[in-house]
Amino acid sequence: MAATPFVSATSFTRDDYKGRPSTLCRGCGHNSISNMIISACYELEIPPEKFVKFSGIGCSSKSAAYFLERSFGFNGLHGRMPSLAEGALFADTSLKGFGISGDGDTANIGLSQFKHIARRNVPLVYIVENNGVYGLTKGQFSATAEKGLKLKRQGENPYLPVDIAMEAIAANASFVARSFAGDPKQVKELLKAAISHEGTAVLDIISPCVTFNNQDYSLHSYSWGKGHESPLHELSFIPPRDEITIDDFERGTTKEVTMHDGSVIVFKKLEREYDPTNRTEAIRMLEEAIRRNWLITGLLYVDPNTPNIYEMYSMGKEPLNRTPIEKLRPDRNSLRYINHSFS
Amino acid sequence: MQQNKINDFGITISTVNGSGSATANNTIHKAISKMGIPVSARNIFPSNIQGLPTWYSIRVNEKGYLGRLEKDDILVCLNQAVVQDDIDRIVDGGLLIIDDKIKIDTKPTHLSIIQLPIDDILSCCDMPGNLKTYLANMVYVGVLAKVIGVNLDRITEALNQHFNNRTKAIEPNMEVVNAAFKWANENIGKDYGYALVSPDSMKERIVVDGNTAAALGALYGGLQHAAWYPITPATGIAETLNEYIPSIRFDNEKHETTCVVVQAEDELASIGMVVGAGWAGLRSMTATSGPGLCLMAEFLGLAYFAEVPLVVWDVQRVGPSTGLPTRTSQGDLAFAYNLSHGDTDFIILLPGSVKECFEFGWKSLDIAEKYQTPVVILSDLELGMNFWVSDPFDYPDKEIERGKVMWEKELDELIKKGVEWGRYLDVDKDNIPRRTVPGNLHPKASYFARGTGHDPFAHYSEDPDDWKENLDRLKRKIKGAVDDLPDSIEKKGRGETSIGIISFGSSDMAVTEVFDELNERGMFCDYLRIRSLPLGAEVRSFIEKHSTNFVVECNRDGQMKRILSMEYPEFAHRHIPVSKIDGLSLSAEWINTQISEQIKEGK
Repeated sequence: MAATPFVSATSFTRDDYKGRPSTLCRGCGHNSISNMIISACYELEIPPEKFVKFSGIGCSSKSAAYFLERSFGFNGLHGRMPSLAEGALFADTSLKGFGISGDGDTANIGLSQFKHIARRNVPLVYIVENNGVYGLTKGQFSATAEKGLKLKRQGENPYLPVDIAMEAIAANASFVARSFAGDPKQVKELLKAAISHEGTAVLDIISPCVTFNNQDYSLHSYSWGKGHESPLHELSFIPPRDEITIDDFERGTTKEVTMHDGSVIVFKKLEREYDPTNRTEAIRMLEEAIRRNWLITGLLYVDPNTPNIYEMYSMGKEPLNRTPIEKLRPDRNSLRYINHSFS
Repeated sequence: MQQNKINDFGITISTVNGSGSATANNTIHKAISKMGIPVSARNIFPSNIQGLPTWYSIRVNEKGYLGRLEKDDILVCLNQAVVQDDIDRIVDGGLLIIDDKIKIDTKPTHLSIIQLPIDDILSCCDMPGNLKTYLANMVYVGVLAKVIGVNLDRITEALNQHFNNRTKAIEPNMEVVNAAFKWANENIGKDYGYALVSPDSMKERIVVDGNTAAALGALYGGLQHAAWYPITPATGIAETLNEYIPSIRFDNEKHETTCVVVQAEDELASIGMVVGAGWAGLRSMTATSGPGLCLMAEFLGLAYFAEVPLVVWDVQRVGPSTGLPTRTSQGDLAFAYNLSHGDTDFIILLPGSVKECFEFGWKSLDIAEKYQTPVVILSDLELGMNFWVSDPFDYPDKEIERGKVMWEKELDELIKKGVEWGRYLDVDKDNIPRRTVPGNLHPKASYFARGTGHDPFAHYSEDPDDWKENLDRLKRKIKGAVDDLPDSIEKKGRGETSIGIISFGSSDMAVTEVFDELNERGMFCDYLRIRSLPLGAEVRSFIEKHSTNFVVECNRDGQMKRILSMEYPEFAHRHIPVSKIDGLSLSAEWINTQISEQIKEGK
């Protein structure tokens, strides 16, 4: 491609992936996620210009400005990040998309667009920074807040919550993970796997709001998360260029999933058997987690071979937004023919 | 009741929707057009799949007048449910052609009647039973061929075209036409006075609907992305894109498309996709109608403010609310002009013919990209879904203009010249900043677009000066676009006059006829057809020259009149609204009466 002289994949420092200084509260889970995005992108050695960021409205969506300043970004409308991304990514399918959303942005106003982007399998790392509460409007319940949660000005939440991971799987998402901002190592590995996934990768990350919803009893708090996190497995992401040394893991205790780009996700068994390629098992596990009050984390479901939206259209190798104008206007003869067909 | 009506009469076919009369209706107007006689065809249909009344009106007019007629010369009635109303819609001395199974309570005396023994005629034809309902409609084609003189060879040609030369489909249809024609020859002795006479020389004319024209215009304008959601009466635009992309916008060697069309989950998403694509450097558009435009308002405000080029086709129908989904209107003008909350101004294009639908289809994409702003095109059901005779589409006479998009090379050159660049910095002092798009790998190319307050470098800002300077620049930018928009067209009357008519869009079809007629009668007037907003200087000068201006439009409140009064308050008293909305397009007869009476009253 004509543009490559400006980038050299190995010459980047971690600073090249940073964003503007965060204006979120000190201790906000979202800052920790931003940091892990910076680390994951840096460690994957993908030039920052090859990413493009989208977000909706809310604290989470603001955070898209706090990483990858050298990437294009678009902070759009409440609940409508997915549609912006779906239109923009057609312009250059070689770009890696990040969609940053929150629980209000995705599970309240944006539920429809969330489910539709998943069913179209648009390549996008769709991160829900899930804290169960509206921060910018000062502490109202979102659709992921648990029934019975008490907030200062709101009283008690009377409704059952929306489970984002469950909704994603129901919508035929091809990559669904849940994690916890208090477990940065897992967040980072999941991010790398999500970036390598050539479809919609939904990451529902419990990201505590230290100002409005961090009480010990709240399901979205640091202390609850730390006390109840129950990882499905320990996962490691191995980029395509690296070799897997099986000695790193005990034989018979690992499962591997090979991604489309040749990278491999290695799942190390913890206390229970879990097959992340089994959709039925994922739904059962989510049900069990709800009943037993577990914060299960890890990669709930992945199918690296689900066709993505670009395979449903005949997209060229060159980015569509670089198509020369000569190729955009049909010739005079074709119009003569069309005119004649109407005569 | 003998009268001579050559190449100047109206025919309406009254049927039940879902009965498959489309082929028959299409065949008649196509055949007439192929005879070289100007013809238009309107479908007045219910918001329903099957069983409700529907009318198909064909107007033949040598002078090319296309407006709706209040009454018809000939009415073909195949619907028992509405027969009495239908009879009232026929002019005195007109002709009723009616299925002989339909009962009439009081036999009309003001018209001639032909009773059609449809079943008898069909029984002479050999046809599969399942096609009988559809083929029954071809009976009136054959009878009309005799009564008004539609050339049978042209009917065959029209059927060939309709069925893409599939003999199996054409033959049974033509057999019924011939049988009905033969029956008419033997049983109708009388000459009712209607005739079609082909002109001596024929130039190439096309018959096409506005939605098809709009979609083709966009494809010749280099459209690269469209997202849409089904809605009457706009759906035809997206469907036409899908129909033509494989043949004119597809690289068969590489098996690559240069235009992507996505059916979204709703209009909130379709406009979101279009904003995303426009921002990322694709020529992008959507097609919708009033209810969809309402849902799109917030995103269009964002696109205006974040300076994202895109095109919206609003094929208007009657609102507010779900309104009359299958009836025409020019009622979205005021809404479209000031879409979204806060201060905005949108570029509006107002095509008045299928040819302009094609032309504005490609031009709008150039305007949107040059000025980095949404362009809204207001068509309507009348223009979009009905068939109009027209000169062939002209190939674009201008190269595609992509505006100030900088790729790596251009940005590098700018920076090396020592020029500071910011996404919203007015580098060229013409209110239009330079833009970069995702995929540009220059390390200085990226920026963070947002709907929140921003400084010239696209950084978040709540600074009062940043806000004011930015919004004022946007106003100047849109104002500066006026010279590039289609200008208003003035027609001079036959004599000196202080009376003007102002109109726009599809109402032009009826207004043209009124303008000619008034001038012929010695009621001199000039006519200005507005083709875009914001208004150009020529509109002001027209109003300055005319102390009375009849503003003709198909809505309740006279929305264009209001805009004119707002833009030129000093002339507000000069405008007289001639507007109404009842689901039907304005007829020349109604407009003529309104204007003539007011002129007589000395207004």
